[in-house]
Amino acid sequence: MNGSPSLRNRINATVRDIPRSGIRDFFDIVSTMKDVISLGIGEPDFDTPWHVRESTVFALERGATHYTSNFGYLELRKALVKYVRKNFGAEYNPENEVLITVGVSEALDLALRALLTPGDEVLYHEPCYVSYRATILFAHGVPLAVETKAENGFRLTRQMLEAQCTPKTKVLMLNFPNNPTGAVMSRADLEDIAAFARERDLIVITDEIYGELTYDAAHTSIVSLPGMRERTIFLHGFSKAWAMTGYRLGYACGPAELVEAMMKIHQYTMLCASSMGQKAAIEALARPETDIGEMVDEYRRRRNYIVAAFAEMGLECHRPLGAFYAFPSVKKFGMPAKDFAMRFLHEEKVAVVPGTAFGDCGEGFVRCAYATSMDNIKEAMVRLRRFIAQK
Amino acid sequence: MDELLKILQTNALLSREDIARMLDLPAAEVNARIADYEKRGVIRGYQAILNEDQLDLDKVTAVIEVKVTPQREGGFDTIAERVSRFPEVRSAYLMSGAYDLLLFVEGRTLREVAQFVSERLSPLDGVLSTSTHFMLKTYKRFGVLMHQETSDERLTVTP
Ligand SMILES: Cc1ncc(COP(=O)(O)O)c(C=O)c1O
Repeated sequence: MNGSPSLRNRINATVRDIPRSGIRDFFDIVSTMKDVISLGIGEPDFDTPWHVRESTVFALERGATHYTSNFGYLELRKALVKYVRKNFGAEYNPENEVLITVGVSEALDLALRALLTPGDEVLYHEPCYVSYRATILFAHGVPLAVETKAENGFRLTRQMLEAQCTPKTKVLMLNFPNNPTGAVMSRADLEDIAAFARERDLIVITDEIYGELTYDAAHTSIVSLPGMRERTIFLHGFSKAWAMTGYRLGYACGPAELVEAMMKIHQYTMLCASSMGQKAAIEALARPETDIGEMVDEYRRRRNYIVAAFAEMGLECHRPLGAFYAFPSVKKFGMPAKDFAMRFLHEEKVAVVPGTAFGDCGEGFVRCAYATSMDNIKEAMVRLRRFIAQK
Repeated sequence: MDELLKILQTNALLSREDIARMLDLPAAEVNARIADYEKRGVIRGYQAILNEDQLDLDKVTAVIEVKVTPQREGGFDTIAERVSRFPEVRSAYLMSGAYDLLLFVEGRTLREVAQFVSERLSPLDGVLSTSTHFMLKTYKRFGVLMHQETSDERLTVTP
């Protein structure tokens, strides 16, 4: 760290004490190297569908370049209500139960800030998306990590939650299909979790950003289970299924009181999500099946390929059922995941992300994103085979 | 369409083993299915997709709309098949609308294509009229853009 210690002391203690994301450090190293094949990219390699991009240009031409309602365009909220009903099985009022946000990232932050009073506990499962713990801390909550395990397919069980839950626990955060493990929860799995949330009177925040990307199993949303809509904030966005990461567009659906509370923060801190992004999202929702179907087919083929390649090399990996990540174990090489990733990067020029970036229990694993071309995946697997043969 | 055919249609060079991994099938089954498609003539060949504009070839391509009278026996097929047998004709389709056949014809020069039309095509029994359009530049062929740089704008590692 450079800079003066006196300035550092002025920084809010919570912010000061949270380390930078491990992903960020890793990126800094990778970005100094040339010709690296990256399995480290957590976003689709597909282009944003052309009709969506073309409609963005049209939106600019027409002058959709001003503030929108704090909630977002009503036309978009109406389209989302239909989409969520059809694909996730919950009914919302577009007037006051849907909020358009700057990505799921913002929605997650809003939900936590709207719910937490300092000291409230939040249950969440690790390995998980890099932002969860930090976002809870920024909202002055107390993070309670529950460890999911490879032998369980990285699924969450009621027993795991019971072991950690206390009377101060207010919120349960879920993310399935999961980043970084690719884990998916079946309906029966979720019914147990839902029953637990009802009994303990928890609010559930469910991040279903990979909801469309499942391969052998259909996705079930916890919000569709009995008694869950009234205690759930459903988060989703356009980043993954439509390959629209740079648009920064997400949304939250929930009971009016909760959405109103989130809207207040959004109103004063963000005002609204980008107007042209919202226009593009309206276009994206016009033909989701064709856009997403082909990407899902291609991800499935890559998932099959990468899992087969790991098996042939004797690398243990649970079969990911969703998202676009495989999370193989590298424990048998007897070195920390970070060292494995570093050596693989330097010796073979392939980037994978050490599992520890997603929580301490990610030790012994690396995340391999298959959101990259078949050619890259094939070459990366050739190099991985060569690399581990020498270890 | 069979996913196996979709894969081959995007990249016929993938090895059978790779295709087997992608489809989660035994390699022997992939081999057998491809052999069957080839035998039945569903797969009629494997070709590279070229950006010919980069090659400075002595070659022109014309798109020719042809009006024909259907034959008493054989309808449009007899005339269409006869036309298709000329090696100059690279593609031929029966169309709905203002004309009947659409041909893609190649020659070394404009003159050569013009000669083909006036000396070979037009005199055929059943050909009523032709309308020839020369192609100037190719933007996209077989679903592949010809002028797109393959650039990946993404950062090398993201959460
Ligand atoms: C689980 C999860 N949630 C949220 C996000 C962020 O999404 P957005 O681009 O909508 O902010 C990501 C991105 O990688 C993610 O993996």
